[in-house]
Amino acid sequence: MESAAQSPVLARRSSLLEGGTDWRRRAVNRLMTVLIAGAFALAMIPLISLVYEVTKRGIPGLSLEFFTSDARGVVGEGGGAAHAIVGTLVITLVASVISVPIGIMAAIYLNEYGKGRLRQALTFFVDVMTGIPSIVAGLFAYALFELFLGPGIRLGVMGSVALSVLMTPIVIRSAEEVLKIVPNHLREAAYALGTPKWKTIVKVVLPTAFAGLITGVMIAIARIVGETAPLLVTTGVVDSMNSDPFNGRMQNLAVYAYNEYRSPGVFKQAAYDKAWAAALTLIAIVMLLNVAARLVYRHYRTEIR
Amino acid sequence: MPQVDTTTNAGQLLAAASGGRRRLGDRVFSRTAVVAAVTILALLAGVAVFLASEGLPALTASASELPEGKTFLDYVAPLAFGTVLAAAIAAIVAVPLAVAAALFITHIAPPRIASTLGYLVDLLAAIPSIIYGLWGIFVLGPAAVPVLKWLEEKLGWIPIFEGPASVTGRTMLVAGLVLAVMILPIVSAIAREAFVQTPRKLEEGAQALGATRWETIRMTVLPFGKSSVISGAMLGLGRALGETMAVTIILSVSGAVSFNLISQANPSTIAANIALNFPESSGLAINALIATGLVLFAITLVTNMGARAIIARQNHE
Repeated sequence: MESAAQSPVLARRSSLLEGGTDWRRRAVNRLMTVLIAGAFALAMIPLISLVYEVTKRGIPGLSLEFFTSDARGVVGEGGGAAHAIVGTLVITLVASVISVPIGIMAAIYLNEYGKGRLRQALTFFVDVMTGIPSIVAGLFAYALFELFLGPGIRLGVMGSVALSVLMTPIVIRSAEEVLKIVPNHLREAAYALGTPKWKTIVKVVLPTAFAGLITGVMIAIARIVGETAPLLVTTGVVDSMNSDPFNGRMQNLAVYAYNEYRSPGVFKQAAYDKAWAAALTLIAIVMLLNVAARLVYRHYRTEIR
Repeated sequence: MPQVDTTTNAGQLLAAASGGRRRLGDRVFSRTAVVAAVTILALLAGVAVFLASEGLPALTASASELPEGKTFLDYVAPLAFGTVLAAAIAAIVAVPLAVAAALFITHIAPPRIASTLGYLVDLLAAIPSIIYGLWGIFVLGPAAVPVLKWLEEKLGWIPIFEGPASVTGRTMLVAGLVLAVMILPIVSAIAREAFVQTPRKLEEGAQALGATRWETIRMTVLPFGKSSVISGAMLGLGRALGETMAVTIILSVSGAVSFNLISQANPSTIAANIALNFPESSGLAINALIATGLVLFAITLVTNMGARAIIARQNHE
């Protein structure tokens, strides 16, 4: 590997020394540096524009009413997204309750027990699973529930199942990373004291990795909390408050934003304002989760050393 | 990792010392871990099985029973075309930018701020797709209209810019650009990971021979990271193929099969078509949509498995 990668350097040594005059090589170097820096700047423009536009367009729609009332019977201005916020919380919570235990146990399997074929297969397919399109996860949840509950079914919990398909691989990946950096001497010390392996994991490994595991879960939640497509086909669209995931349709912020945009009715601007306000709320939740996760992780890295 | 082996051996030794039989707690706990592992694999298989079972009725139904009165193949083909076209635009735009951004972060920016810059790029991946969609239709689309017009006037002789240019910006080109922004962070993250691992002695060797910074990058960093960039590009492509909401919102669809990127008449994508039609569909139309979902699943699965296989082989080496 190394020798193979080394050879281009040696092979081109002569061409390097002979090819082009000095000023030309320096000019090319400067040009490429500017191009690369320019490309980076170009990649940052959408981020800046996005955050700016969402903030600018989202603020007019924010009000106390937006957070406290639902949209039942509302035409035009007024009405809020309280039902969507509650729905987002419930759906995400149920998805986490499904994904986190399975995900962490699978990570424990990978890092502490796994060997041979099963471990290899799991590592590979967890990575593959992170690439499942979110709409496909939604269709899967629909197909699963339709089989038992009949066609046209829409439930909050279906959305949670769809989201947990997307969330579990993220939880596994991040949990595996943090379990990996728990120092081995801690495990060995526990074994030396005669502690059984499972107790070592529960009482030594997991507490040591706790902050890191929390970070992973937060990142995973941030990744799914703004999902729209899988919920569009599983939880449906509804205007009134529903906090029971096992009964009836359930709204959430992302679908709410989409729906206000798609069917604005007669009072277009009022609906667009609400869509942007929902987008701003969503982006705030995601950013908060990301920043908090980063802080917790930094704390964890310094503590473990 | 040899260290892990030592601990496993220690555990086994311990089990042997305590009577040769693993304790009940150990057995229960390790079984649970195995069950969790198998559940994950079963879940992935379940996705394929349930989509197939619900999609099957559409595959066997006659054309007159299906939406638009077409056979399933005729129904899915234009959608698959649109899906691949949008993803291809995204990949063509995103990969060079992502590689450049990764080079900037790892080799050009001051090391002090490198991790912050990397975090900023990663933030692009954290933004929900619905927000990209709204941004695309309200901000980027209108901003692109004069550019589309210019493309039609000056470069109209190239079929992809034939026009007539859209006056709303809801075109394949804009949708592809938004997808490019969305997949940039994943491509960039994988490229970055590879670029920082370039052996120091290679870079220093190049510099010792008098290479400039760009020559060092071109001769050591890029060749070293080449296969990572390829797999990252494939992962990004997979993302773009399955991305739903941004395309659903931005693209104005007519079902046309055309390479014309700047007009109002565009092919839809599989994912966007599902999001647009699923909520109001019933009966066999639902089965047909699920069957298109199965096709999408198969396309992305093959793309992702290819990418992961490249990464796995590389790590092995």
